[in-house]
Amino acid sequence: MKTLGGPLLFLDRDDINTDEIIPARYLNEDSREALGPFCFEDLSLRGFDRAADLSGKGAVISRANFGCGSSREHAPWALEANGINIVVAESFARIFRQNMFNCGMVAVELPKATIAEVFERFSGAPADLVFDAEHRTLRFAARDGGNQLTVPFVLGDFEMAMVRAGGWVQFAADRY
Amino acid sequence: MGKTLAEKIFETHLIDMPFPDTWVLKLDAVFCHEITTPIAIDDLERRGMDRVFDPARIKAVIDHVSPAKDSKTAEQGATLRRWARRQNIVDFFDIGRNGVCHALFPEKGYVRPGYALVMGDSHTCTHGAFGAFAAGVGTTDIEIAVLKGVCAFRRPGTIRLNLEGLPRPGVFPKDLILKAISVLGVGGATAKVLEFRGPAVDAMSMEGRMTLCNMAVEAGATSGVCMPDATTVDYLWPFIGPEGEKLYATKAEALADYARWRSDEDAAYDATYSIDCASVEPLATVGYKPDQVMPAAQLSGVAVDQVYIGSCTNGRIEDLRAAAAVLAGKRIAPRVRGIVSPATPAVYAQALREGIIQTFLDAGFCVTNPTCGACLGMSNGVLASGEICASTTNRNFNGRMGKGGMIHLMSPATAAATAVAGHITPAL
Ligand code: SF4
Repeated sequence: MKTLGGPLLFLDRDDINTDEIIPARYLNEDSREALGPFCFEDLSLRGFDRAADLSGKGAVISRANFGCGSSREHAPWALEANGINIVVAESFARIFRQNMFNCGMVAVELPKATIAEVFERFSGAPADLVFDAEHRTLRFAARDGGNQLTVPFVLGDFEMAMVRAGGWVQFAADRY
Repeated sequence: MGKTLAEKIFETHLIDMPFPDTWVLKLDAVFCHEITTPIAIDDLERRGMDRVFDPARIKAVIDHVSPAKDSKTAEQGATLRRWARRQNIVDFFDIGRNGVCHALFPEKGYVRPGYALVMGDSHTCTHGAFGAFAAGVGTTDIEIAVLKGVCAFRRPGTIRLNLEGLPRPGVFPKDLILKAISVLGVGGATAKVLEFRGPAVDAMSMEGRMTLCNMAVEAGATSGVCMPDATTVDYLWPFIGPEGEKLYATKAEALADYARWRSDEDAAYDATYSIDCASVEPLATVGYKPDQVMPAAQLSGVAVDQVYIGSCTNGRIEDLRAAAAVLAGKRIAPRVRGIVSPATPAVYAQALREGIIQTFLDAGFCVTNPTCGACLGMSNGVLASGEICASTTNRNFNGRMGKGGMIHLMSPATAAATAVAGHITPAL
């Protein structure tokens, strides 16, 4: 199982699409790692500064319908190449969500109100996310130590199996 | 309680349920292209599993960047080409025979009612036009799909979309699907099957139905579907009849057999929407999301730099005919660059026979070979920053056709009229 979580990147917008996560013009790269430098190159989000905001992050939090658009697994790969292996959002596009778990990464849905609370309490200052698989909780913590929030999450058995196995190939190759 | 088409396909294709609501389906076909498959191929090699479950059920094409535009895309094509040879994938389409995947594979008769199929491409939902469950998936799913012939899904609910009445002249399936997406929203059908019903669908050609189903994913849907009917049988007849695989002696026989894949009258839907087609005008998108649409007639203030006619949405013969009918005897505005990419060699050849290619040339269009090209901003018509493109494709995302470019999605007829006027305008 991958170590999940880390410093949070706040992306305060609905419908962030796969072309924004990794533009099609980089789909000619032949390795997952090569995508890293282009992640979020076309993200249209006021105040977002790629160089400053992406570096050192381990988790993303966003709003509704994250990852809509293309089937490109290059989107999760581009995130992972930057050290991000968990995305928390109100909802996800189906293919993106499936791709995340197929790669042994995590896409967690939280209620709209909880997402709003996290943005309100934690965005704007350094904060971390801890993914606790055993207790099925997410812990948000401000780096300055004061502010903390622990919320339960729900993932299906399939998703937890993908996270534990490290992805769909590991799971399916022997079984079918 | 009756069943939807999607429920029938799920129940007949289920081979394992490792967890509650994890439906592992046996696949009838797996489609591959050179952008999303090579990393799966490399991974299988690396894991010592360089095999395929059934070469006859795998169809592969180099379509996204063709001819190769640089060394990297040449390597992607080479990886797919070598793999197809090594695995005896006979139905592999290289340059000269290739075309945009979602136009080419139906044209070859590879999609049949009742099929479950996947491809590493979100617009795989197109193939649901034949009464199939056709889902776009990522590279890891493709890896297991080509290796084992299976793919896992949650069982999707179905949203029914009734297209009531008939569209007016000048209004096309593209306008109807843009209208539908604006009603549903870009996440409105997420993880659902979007079932297109009603008189407008019944009257529509397979080409039109493919245009509808193609954009189902722009509302988040896993697959679009239409009910197989006499139009489906007519389209497939060269492949399934006495001249083809001899599966049926008569069309009536095929129609009766395919009827088992139609949704039952008393099937349960997650939601039902209705659109009055007679009230739909020619539309165009106005933002970076396909659900942001306005009547094209209200967008005359938008001057365009490029007009692109092609793609898996609107690069078929009917699309080229509709555009050519508008262009006949006219020239495109001097400051507009017109590009048309017939979606397949057969479309190109038919357009040549009908004089449509000449019409495009006379109007001042550049005619390219069949390829995805400009649609995803990788080749053949990439926009410069600040440029505006009127496009018959399916996605207007920020940067999609080139960094800093703006895309307005519309029908081929509206795109052609826009090319002539130099600004967005409907044809009639
Ligand atoms: S034409 Fe565009 S949308 Fe269709 S498969 Fe090609 S790149 Fe994708």
